[in-house]
Amino acid sequence: MKLRGRHLLGLDGMSREDISLILDTAVSFKEVLERPIKKVPPLQGKTIVNLFFEASTRTRISFELAERRLSADVVTFSTAGSSVSKGETLKDTARNIEAMKIDMVVIRHSAPGAAHFLSRVVKANVINAGDGGHEHPTQALLDMLTLREKYATLEKLKVCIVGDIAHSRVARSNIYGLKTMGAEVSVCGPATLIPRDIERLGVRVFHRLEEVVKEVDVINVLRIQLERQESGLFPSLREYHRYFGVTKEKVAKAPKPITIMHPGPINRDVELSADLADSEHSVILQQVTNGVAVRMAALYLLGISN
Amino acid sequence: MKKTKIIDAAGFQRTINRLAHEIVEKGKGAENLAVIGIRTRGDYLARRIAAKIEEIEKKPIPMGTLDITLYRDDLRGRLDQPQLQSTQILFDITGKTLVLIDDVLFTGRTIRAALNALMDIGRPAEIQLLVLVDRGHRELPIKADFVGKNVPTSMKQKIDVLMNEVDGEDAVFLVESEETEIKR
Repeated sequence: MKLRGRHLLGLDGMSREDISLILDTAVSFKEVLERPIKKVPPLQGKTIVNLFFEASTRTRISFELAERRLSADVVTFSTAGSSVSKGETLKDTARNIEAMKIDMVVIRHSAPGAAHFLSRVVKANVINAGDGGHEHPTQALLDMLTLREKYATLEKLKVCIVGDIAHSRVARSNIYGLKTMGAEVSVCGPATLIPRDIERLGVRVFHRLEEVVKEVDVINVLRIQLERQESGLFPSLREYHRYFGVTKEKVAKAPKPITIMHPGPINRDVELSADLADSEHSVILQQVTNGVAVRMAALYLLGISN
Repeated sequence: MKKTKIIDAAGFQRTINRLAHEIVEKGKGAENLAVIGIRTRGDYLARRIAAKIEEIEKKPIPMGTLDITLYRDDLRGRLDQPQLQSTQILFDITGKTLVLIDDVLFTGRTIRAALNALMDIGRPAEIQLLVLVDRGHRELPIKADFVGKNVPTSMKQKIDVLMNEVDGEDAVFLVESEETEIKR
């Protein structure tokens, strides 16, 4: 059982078999994470470099833990964007990495396509940990693992992604992955934050949360980035919360309990009310646990393919 | 391809009964005893042995399943990667006498991997090895404590263990392979 590619760059075009393989493998790694000694040897002797050109706490720690639990040697380089031209920096960095004889690179970058670019210039396996507004495949995989645990299958599951769809790599990767696995995906948000022609990806568009809750099993709430308000895409956080904030009152009108997901970090009482985030229908912390398992699975499957 | 049945269904059951008795005899009972089966057929074998010991000693025997994929020494570069499955050992192995169970003992590399995997889970008092068939050709200094049947083989031959739970039949076959030398 092997993945088809040498890299994990995105879920766009990834086959159902490959997604299932990663999720099945992640289930086995969850057992490892329950042990007193949470370490197994399959990537012993492999060197992994984490390149984080964009701020990240959760994803970086999650990747580092996953790598160490597979016994890899790990180096992490993080910097929030610098004044240097990014394309040039990345190319230079790539050349330097190549010279250091490493085996795998995990990259987070603000430029869409950064991971693809890197995969063309280095021999190492590349994992995309988020490239601008493009893709964040491991986030979508951990979301799918969490939903599969809860519902047994993703087939016909109704999932709505709520928030800033236009700028969200989490939304894109989830749409690609969930569609491939047979789920029914919709999006909801202010018209200014929903890309035109998004229906082409096979998703339904809602502009009112009240309609969403009548139909779906799951709401995946995206983080609203405060700088979007400054650029005039919505008038105020208070207004956003009123119309698109997912709250207990709005969800209470649903005919069946709705599972609440959030990729974090949460702006409490902006996109998601605090009581709902902490309620029994929230799977937000399971998502975090599953993140380590899914990343172990991806690293393991790519690592043993060499 | 020539196939010779070397253990039939009745023989299979007798072998399991004898092995269970040997374990109890050697351990002077089943105090502190637990069995661990190596996926996939060692797992089914372990269930049967545990059931038999329970029948003899009239007390429950803890049973666990070990997946050794992550500990294999040939993990990288294999074309036929096995699907990783879970280890399920729901009791504390520390201080226990473990009987590690596999269907065929060949190079000994699987057992090496299993021993390392067990040591990462806890510190058993003792580990004993039980195999249904010992076909020889060891590459590591490993020896079984309980053997169902010793079958001297050539490198062109292969041992096929079939079990009711997965194959619908209990039997062991000696298969003459057409390949010049079988893959270890």
